[in-house]
Amino acid sequence: MTIPLSAYLILSGILFMCGVLGFLIKRNIITIFMSIELMLNGVNLSFVAFAAQWHALSGQIFVFFVMVVAAAEAAVGLAIIIAVYRTRETLNVDQVNLLKL
Amino acid sequence: MHLILFLFFGAICVAGAVNLLVQRHPINSALSLVVVMASLAGEYLLLGAEFVAAIQVIVYAGAIMVLFIFTIMLLNAGEEERSKGSRVAILLGIPGVAIGGVLVAWTLLRHSNTASVPMFALPGDPRVIARLLFRDFLLPFEVTSVLILIAIMGAVVLASKPESVARPSAAEPAPREIRELVASGKER
Amino acid sequence: MSITTFAIVSIIKSIAVIFVLLTAVAYSVWLERKVSAHIQNRWGPTRVGPFGLLQPLADGIKFIFKEDLTQPYVYKTLYIASPIIAVVCAITAISVIPFGNAITIGPITTPLQITDLNIGLLLVLGITSMGVYGVALAGWSSNSKYSLLGGLRASAQMISYEVSLGLSLIPVLMLAGSFSLREIVNKQQHLHWNFFYFPLGTLAFFVYLISAYAETNRTPFDLPEAESELVAGYHTEYSAMKFAMFFMAEYANMVTVACLSTLLFFGGWLGPVFGPPIVQSLLPVVWFCVKVFFFMFLYVWVRWTLPRFRYDQLMAFGWKVLLPTAVANLVATGLIVAWKPDIWLVK
Repeated sequence: MTIPLSAYLILSGILFMCGVLGFLIKRNIITIFMSIELMLNGVNLSFVAFAAQWHALSGQIFVFFVMVVAAAEAAVGLAIIIAVYRTRETLNVDQVNLLKL
Repeated sequence: MHLILFLFFGAICVAGAVNLLVQRHPINSALSLVVVMASLAGEYLLLGAEFVAAIQVIVYAGAIMVLFIFTIMLLNAGEEERSKGSRVAILLGIPGVAIGGVLVAWTLLRHSNTASVPMFALPGDPRVIARLLFRDFLLPFEVTSVLILIAIMGAVVLASKPESVARPSAAEPAPREIRELVASGKER
Repeated sequence: MSITTFAIVSIIKSIAVIFVLLTAVAYSVWLERKVSAHIQNRWGPTRVGPFGLLQPLADGIKFIFKEDLTQPYVYKTLYIASPIIAVVCAITAISVIPFGNAITIGPITTPLQITDLNIGLLLVLGITSMGVYGVALAGWSSNSKYSLLGGLRASAQMISYEVSLGLSLIPVLMLAGSFSLREIVNKQQHLHWNFFYFPLGTLAFFVYLISAYAETNRTPFDLPEAESELVAGYHTEYSAMKFAMFFMAEYANMVTVACLSTLLFFGGWLGPVFGPPIVQSLLPVVWFCVKVFFFMFLYVWVRWTLPRFRYDQLMAFGWKVLLPTAVANLVATGLIVAWKPDIWLVK
């Protein structure tokens, strides 16, 4: 029995929605960043599912580029988080609410 | 067989994603995200994209998440505080999201007339990927390598301590500090 | 063969390989103690059994009976899970290592390998990447500053040398044309070992060996777990069985590295084969074991010969010397393989 494509899309959608929910309701800046990575993973799954469906192999190549961009973004984002922690002494986004210290 | 494996990896994915939301300590969220990525690698294997699955484990779960865990350990991130959330939001929100999700899923499953995806549909071996990556997509590949170089430089500059950038030699203290040291010596 | 036969044969192979691996781990401890003793002009274990051969058994019994302390202030879930992660990752990597050609027992012919993936080498690299978690989480969950610093140092060292490890293996892949470990060995027939592919194969071998020594946290790169540095690094707060699991994971990683070195650079199980069919099936395994034994001996020999690197020297060496060497080696091998593809390859 084969899986309909919409099953993969639903799984990808669930992951993406969990990422969006985490981004909105979490307060720790690192957890918010991890929810962004979760969203990217959900999108990767739908890329590969469509590549399998339409035999368009460039879907897999795009997954590479998404991973590379996620890696670059993770590096720079975590460096920003460390810089923010050094000045504000907190990882709670609700308390990073002043432009000037 | 395909269905059982898909549901198995899918259930682990969703459980990991929900666990990321529910956990209060960021290290638990990070480890749940690693579980999600590993089970997604299983899903990619089911679709036949074996090279992408291997790269997902090596790059995403094995390097990017290690970076996250290093940051959590170095910054000593503790548990999140309980916020003054409203009871109504939880009582209405969670069923609302669930009902919305079920509606979308039911509509997708009902009205989809796309064909099914057989097991191991993709030719995902490295030879095919290499042919595409280094011929048709060579320019984006080179551009992403420049992007990574920029990201490395940006991360090093952003995360370095301000003194080590402003004052190259930490051996001699700045003149202001010398005056302060002399002044405090006089007080003693 | 049918699916049930395949499943039963795979289960038997898995059990046999895990049993052999754990015995190899136990006896590599014995080998280390004996060889280090003779290098230091003393005897080593001699009392328990002939030549101290039952010493690992005595050590195992000691570990089981030791008091299992669990401090109250550790982060319990991760504290217990970290040695399990380390051991599981160390033992899983053996599943793609081929020991020889096919063996025929009765009506069943099966290759001497648990599974022959066509991305076998990538799987080993991926499992090595996941092994970093065991170390990092052990250091953090012990809730002690020495463990945290030791764990962070060890995992930073491991992820730094993973890069040059992977890059040093790409020339081997270019020469073999496949990620499958069996294919890589089959391309090294007639003494066309990758180690003898002078100078690029030899350079790739030495870069791989140095990166693998750093990856498995062995001297001269064992600063994170040396006894006189940072107490004992990331396994300071572990006792009895959990410490034994870290110990086993380290030696199992050593065995995996030794197996990969023989497969990728020294021809794996290839060697003179003669005799009746059953001997012809088992003789390659003997050659494989001889070569792996040589690499384990090399590990111990290097440990007790060279002094330890300081941490900044270690990281500088990995990023500033080993990584450019691996990249240059990759570029040079790529150029030669593209220019004259049959300069070495056995068709």
